[in-house]
Amino acid sequence: MDKNDKKNNRRNFLKNGLTVGGSMLAMGMGPAIAKDSAGEGKSSGEKIKVLTTEGKVIEVDKPEDDCKIDPCEPPKGNAARQGIPGRSFVMVIDLARCKNARKCIEGCQKGHNLSPDQEWLNVYLMKDNPESEPYWFPRQCFHCDIPPCVKVCPVGATYKRQDNIVLVDSNRCIGCKFCMTACPYSVRIFNWKKPPESDVAKEDYSPESSVPAQIGVVSKCDFCPDRSREGKLPYCASGCPMGAIYFGDKNEDAVSNGTETLRFRQLIKDRVGYRYLDELGTEPNVYYLPPVERMFDYKSGLNDLSEEKKEVYKNIIEGDHPQNN
Amino acid sequence: MKVIILKTTNAMENSSDLMKKLARNLETPSRQWYMWVAILSIIVLFGVYALIRQIQEGQFITGMRDNAVWGIYTANFIFFMGLSYAGALVSCSFQLLRIQWAKPLLRIAELITVSTLIVGAPYILFCLGRLDRIHYLLMYGRIQSPITWDVIAISTDLIFCVAFLYFTHIRDFAKLRDLQGLKVSKWRKKLYTVLALNYRGTPLQKKYLHQAHDIMAAIIIPTAVIAYSLLSWLFGMSLKPGWHSTIFGPYFVVTAAYSGVALLIIIMWLYRKSRKLEDYITNKHFNYMAFGLVLLTMAYGYFTFSEYITDWYNQTTQMSTLLGKFTDISQYGGLQLFHVIFTMFVPLIILGLPWFRSINSITLVSLFIVVALWVKRYLIVVPPLETPFIPIQDVRPEYVYYSMSWVEMTLTISGLALIVLIFTIASKIAPIIPVAELEDVEDASKPIIRFSTKGA
Repeated sequence: MDKNDKKNNRRNFLKNGLTVGGSMLAMGMGPAIAKDSAGEGKSSGEKIKVLTTEGKVIEVDKPEDDCKIDPCEPPKGNAARQGIPGRSFVMVIDLARCKNARKCIEGCQKGHNLSPDQEWLNVYLMKDNPESEPYWFPRQCFHCDIPPCVKVCPVGATYKRQDNIVLVDSNRCIGCKFCMTACPYSVRIFNWKKPPESDVAKEDYSPESSVPAQIGVVSKCDFCPDRSREGKLPYCASGCPMGAIYFGDKNEDAVSNGTETLRFRQLIKDRVGYRYLDELGTEPNVYYLPPVERMFDYKSGLNDLSEEKKEVYKNIIEGDHPQNN
Repeated sequence: MKVIILKTTNAMENSSDLMKKLARNLETPSRQWYMWVAILSIIVLFGVYALIRQIQEGQFITGMRDNAVWGIYTANFIFFMGLSYAGALVSCSFQLLRIQWAKPLLRIAELITVSTLIVGAPYILFCLGRLDRIHYLLMYGRIQSPITWDVIAISTDLIFCVAFLYFTHIRDFAKLRDLQGLKVSKWRKKLYTVLALNYRGTPLQKKYLHQAHDIMAAIIIPTAVIAYSLLSWLFGMSLKPGWHSTIFGPYFVVTAAYSGVALLIIIMWLYRKSRKLEDYITNKHFNYMAFGLVLLTMAYGYFTFSEYITDWYNQTTQMSTLLGKFTDISQYGGLQLFHVIFTMFVPLIILGLPWFRSINSITLVSLFIVVALWVKRYLIVVPPLETPFIPIQDVRPEYVYYSMSWVEMTLTISGLALIVLIFTIASKIAPIIPVAELEDVEDASKPIIRFSTKGA
């Protein structure tokens, strides 16, 4: 609270001082406004006065977040608990488009410096009932609104932010793994081994970027808020060659897979989007579009797999019931 | 009134004789005793080595992986904590209900409480990936988390139980202090003097100590019930099929009492044999405890049946899968069968029917019950972890099925050794039979409930 008050005071002070001699500040605000007008940021509805290069005082929308100013450093430590104000991140996965190319996994692993056996997101082969056709099911963290993992954390190392994201603070986590048992979606992974070497220095760690990783703590999909700050899609969404993964903002009512941007609510409404295991009451923020009118046969996703993996999937494909494998 | 145990101890003057007799066990230890302690210590040190390796190399050297993120450590934790709470329940109810025949067993029950608590509680810490951050539990503790509930409950319980154990020792320490011709080293004599807190057996001291016993016992019983229920809710609060069960609180408490009484019988047998205590730990004690065990068998069977039957009848996908693993002999069928036979059928037949009942058979059955209840804890922890909502599609076998590594095995064995070591040392400091308690049998002037021993 104290911090916020201070910040507001500082803002008011700057605001009052602006009209008098704010040319320097106007220069500083330049990139932010430019970015805002490019549709990247969101306005808070407040107006502020700035001095243009021609010497005119104009009123513009006040950018709602300092972090829109380049470079968008992800906040460290407790500052990362707030979340990006006004945002409500959401993901939509079009199951009709997924063919188990696994580029999303690769992109994620590369981006977060994970070792190849660590999968923050995974592609499962699902078969809802004996009669239905199997389909590929990418599963990342659902960033639930009522996250069971956050509920059980004894030290507040994992937390829910106001921008929908559930993060893990590797500097806080004691590695009890209680959150892993609590998550009904098997999303979380544990760093059993020493993580791969990272270029990022230890003191530059931010829960938003999740790099560098530490041994003996829990990690998981972070929805890439550091990428959002830069105006980029998460690694999985930008990595998917099929454009199956849409990422966006519920408040803006827009999701994008990099090539097309759609109205989120209309998309869910029209395609009857659903949330996996919604009945558990966790209120996930990842929506699935049912795998109807598919672009690919699910079998095409089996081609490049190892024999062991094929064996696992064989049980699912032939199984009377998807659970009895 | 004739009381079973008091052939030699039913008068005041005899009790110091009793102390004299029992104190012989406390005198300067033999070489055998030192050897025994050395062997146990070495086993414990192996555990310390395993723990150091685990801290150095990370939990990769355990059998735990994603999915089965907890394993034998958590099973041990529930198991030992259950024994501890049971010891507390048994000793405190005996104390409060003024059950005279059980007095020789009080100290064993109290030692079970404290030793298994000291050994059991750290097992949950072995699950931590970052033991170096253990103080975060206090620094950043969140009351919403069941782990925090456990931290509070276990530390409270530990303080109460250690206090109760100490209170019940004070009069014996005073006796040992006053005992002439006790061949122990000087520091031991001094230790007794300090620990006896200048207890002289004045009426006021007697009264206060008696009240302290009763108050502690009355506090510990609900504490133990609450603490073990909280522990069960580590699992019950989860969404996980197999864990999410409303019956877990009372089920765990009954299971704890069951395993604790069985362990009490085993330790009774061991001390009776090794210390020649046939006069004090008698056939009657074994029979009475066996009756208790039969009652607990039925209670346990009832809870187990109602847990499984409700899940089985519903046939939800998740539960069917899990129950399928319990009936599949290639998965957990064997363990489940072992558990069912030795916690439900064998005790009822061997202990419930008079023909097979003897001190040795009662003890043997108790041993199987304790082992089977450990198996049950394993079945509570591991199979549900291997049965998540999204079926595991991993090709790495260690990520699909849990199997313990040498580290976990070593730490388990050394935990058992540490309990034996604590018993070995504790029963060298004070007699395993609470001498002063036996004295009280005659002047239990204001019993709450008198356990009739007429005709015994």
